[in-house]
Amino acid sequence: MSEKASFRSSGGVRGWFGRQPWYIRGVVVLLAAVAAYLLPYVGDVPLIGPQIVTEGIDWPSALFNMSYYVLLALGLNVVVGYAGLLDLGYVGFFAVGAYGTALLTSPDSILYEDTGWKWLMAVPAALVLTMIAGVILGWPTLRLRGDYLAIVTLGFAEIIRIVATSTTTLRGDRGFASIPHPPGSWGGEPIFGVTDAIPYFWLGLTVIILVILGVRNLDRSRVGRSWLAIREDEEAAEVMGVRTFKYKLWAFAIGAFIGGLGGVLFAGEQSFINSQTFVLQFSILVLAGVVMGGSGNMAGAILGGVLISYIPDRLRGLSFGDTDLYEYRFAIFGAAIILIMVLRPQGLIPSRRRAMELKDREKEVAPQ
Amino acid sequence: MTEPHQETPEEWDRENARPVDEAAPTGKPASAPARNDVRGDVLLEVDHVTLRFGGVVALNDVSFSLRKGEIFGLIGPNGAGKTTCFNAMTGVYRPTEGAIRFQGESIVGKKKHQITRGGIARTFQNVRLFPEMTALENVMVGADAHHKTSVISALFRLPRFWREEKSGRQRSLELLRFVGIAHRAGDVSRNLSYGEQRRLEIARALATNPTLLCLDEPAAGFNPAEKEDLLQLIRRIRDTGVTVLLIEHDMRLVMGVTDRIVVLEFGKKIAEGTPAEVRDNPAVIAAYLGVPTDAA
Repeated sequence: MSEKASFRSSGGVRGWFGRQPWYIRGVVVLLAAVAAYLLPYVGDVPLIGPQIVTEGIDWPSALFNMSYYVLLALGLNVVVGYAGLLDLGYVGFFAVGAYGTALLTSPDSILYEDTGWKWLMAVPAALVLTMIAGVILGWPTLRLRGDYLAIVTLGFAEIIRIVATSTTTLRGDRGFASIPHPPGSWGGEPIFGVTDAIPYFWLGLTVIILVILGVRNLDRSRVGRSWLAIREDEEAAEVMGVRTFKYKLWAFAIGAFIGGLGGVLFAGEQSFINSQTFVLQFSILVLAGVVMGGSGNMAGAILGGVLISYIPDRLRGLSFGDTDLYEYRFAIFGAAIILIMVLRPQGLIPSRRRAMELKDREKEVAPQ
Repeated sequence: MTEPHQETPEEWDRENARPVDEAAPTGKPASAPARNDVRGDVLLEVDHVTLRFGGVVALNDVSFSLRKGEIFGLIGPNGAGKTTCFNAMTGVYRPTEGAIRFQGESIVGKKKHQITRGGIARTFQNVRLFPEMTALENVMVGADAHHKTSVISALFRLPRFWREEKSGRQRSLELLRFVGIAHRAGDVSRNLSYGEQRRLEIARALATNPTLLCLDEPAAGFNPAEKEDLLQLIRRIRDTGVTVLLIEHDMRLVMGVTDRIVVLEFGKKIAEGTPAEVRDNPAVIAAYLGVPTDAA
C-alpha cells in the first residue's frame, strides 16, 4: 500500500523498523518489552548501572514513579496530541482516580462501613468515576476552543484540589491512610508489599503496554482519523461528516480513563494520599513531558513521561560542591526543557507525519 | 474572493466553445425548455431565502432549484452573495427567512455533519484539507462519514472495523485515482502542489458519497490547462450520477460546463437560465460591466 511505501522511505531507526517483515518487528517489540520488565535489575549491570540508577531514591521506586508519569503522558497525549484539545487540568482526573480508590477502600473513608473493598474491586468503580468526571467536564466545556478550553480545564483541576482540601469527607491534608495494596501472594508473602517497588513497576508497565495497544488501535481507525481531523481543522472535519463533539468527548473520556488508571495505581502503591499530592504544577509537568517528547506520538509521550519523572529523581542525593542539586531540580529541569524546545521544537521523537514533513522540506531545500 | 479577474460578456462570446445564440439576445432559445424538461426531478430547492447579518442583507428573497443530474452554476460579481448562499445550502449559515429543501426535506437547522451524511458534500474556496494527514487519510475521513465503527469496535478490532477499514481504504484509493492523484496517496497533504490539493479536496468530498457536490470556486488560481482538466473532471463527476453545484468567477469555465445558471447581484437573483440565455441577459451584462440596466 502506498501509505506504507512512504513509511518505508523514511530513514532512521523507525524507517528501518518499518521495512522489516512482521515477524522481525514482532521479535523486536517482544525484546523491548522483556528489556523493560528487566529494568529494575540494571543497577547491577556493569557500565550502565551506576550511570542511570538513582541515588537518593531506590531505583525500583523511581521506575514506578516513571510508570505512572508515562501513563499520564499517554492519556494527555490522546487529548492534546491527537484531538488537539489543550487540557491544563489533567491532574484532576489523576486525583479523581486516586480519591475514588481511597473512598472505596481506606478505613478513613466514611464509606468504609459500607464498602471497605479490596483494591482490585475499587479499580473499575474508580475508573468509571473518572470517565464520568471526564464527560461532566467535557459536556459543557467542549464547545469552547483553544485558550478558553485551557482556562476552564485549569479551573477544573483547581476545583478538585480545593474540594479535596476543604471538605471533611475528602479529609484535606489529613488524607486517607491504609489504602490496600494490589492483591496476590507468592510463597506465603504478599507480592505487593511495602518495601519492594519492583512488583508495582511491573504492574504499571503491564498497564502501560495495554494502554499503548488500546490507543494504537484507536489511532489507526476511524476514531483516530476523526481526532486528527478535528485537530487540523475542526470546521472542515464537521463538514466532512465527523461528529466533532462526540469525538472530542470520547477523547476527554479516554484521556480521563488513562489518567484515572495512573491515580488508581498511585493510590495502591503509596497507600496514602492527601490533597497536597494533586497540585497544579503536576498538570503542567505532564503537559511539558508530552510536548517535550513529541506531541501526537506515543513514543514521544512515553519518553517525555520518563524524563519528567527521571530527571528530578536522578538529581536526588546529588550535590555539586556544597549545593544540593535536588533543591535546584526545577531550575535544572526548566533549563532542560528550554534547551530541548530550542534544539528540537517538534519534540524529541516527533510524530511520523511531522518527521516526514520535515524530511520533505529538506529535500525541497536541497533537490537531488 | 481569490480571483479578482472578471471576464466581460464580450469575452464569453469570443472564447466560449458553444455557439452564441445571436438571434435571441433577451428571449429564450427554442431548445432550452425542451432540454430543461429532460432533466430529472428537483433535488435541492432554495425557497425565498433571505439572510441578514445585522443590518446587512446578504441574500434577499432568493429562489431557485437544482435538478438531479445537472451541473448548476451560481455566479455573480464579487460580494454578490454566492458563498453566503452556498454556506446557507450546506448548513453553515441559517437563513433568516425562507426554506431550503433537499430531496423534499428541510435542511434548515440541521447540523453540518447531518447535512453531509444526508448527501450534500462541499469543497472550500480556500483549500481546507487536514494538512498533517496523508492524502489517503484525508479521503478516508470523508469515507468515514457513512461508517459505523464505534470506539469499542475500533478498540477491540471487531469484524466491523476490518470490513469498513478495508472497503473505506479501497474506495478512497479509487477516488484518488479518479481525480488523478493516486501516486500521492501516502504523502502528507500539506506537501501536495496547489492543484493536487484542490483535487484532493474534491476526492475527499466525493468520499462522503454525495448526491449533490458543491464546488466553491474550484478553479481559483488555475492556469488554462488546469482549468480544462478540471472541466473534464467535473463532467466525469456528473457522469457518475452526482449533481454538481459550481460557484465560479471564471465565465469561460462556467459557460462551458454548466447546464443552467443563476446570477446573483447584491444578494438578489437577477437572472436564471441556460448559459446562452444568461449571457445575453441585459441585467447580467449590466451587473458585470457596471452599467445601469436602462442604458444597456
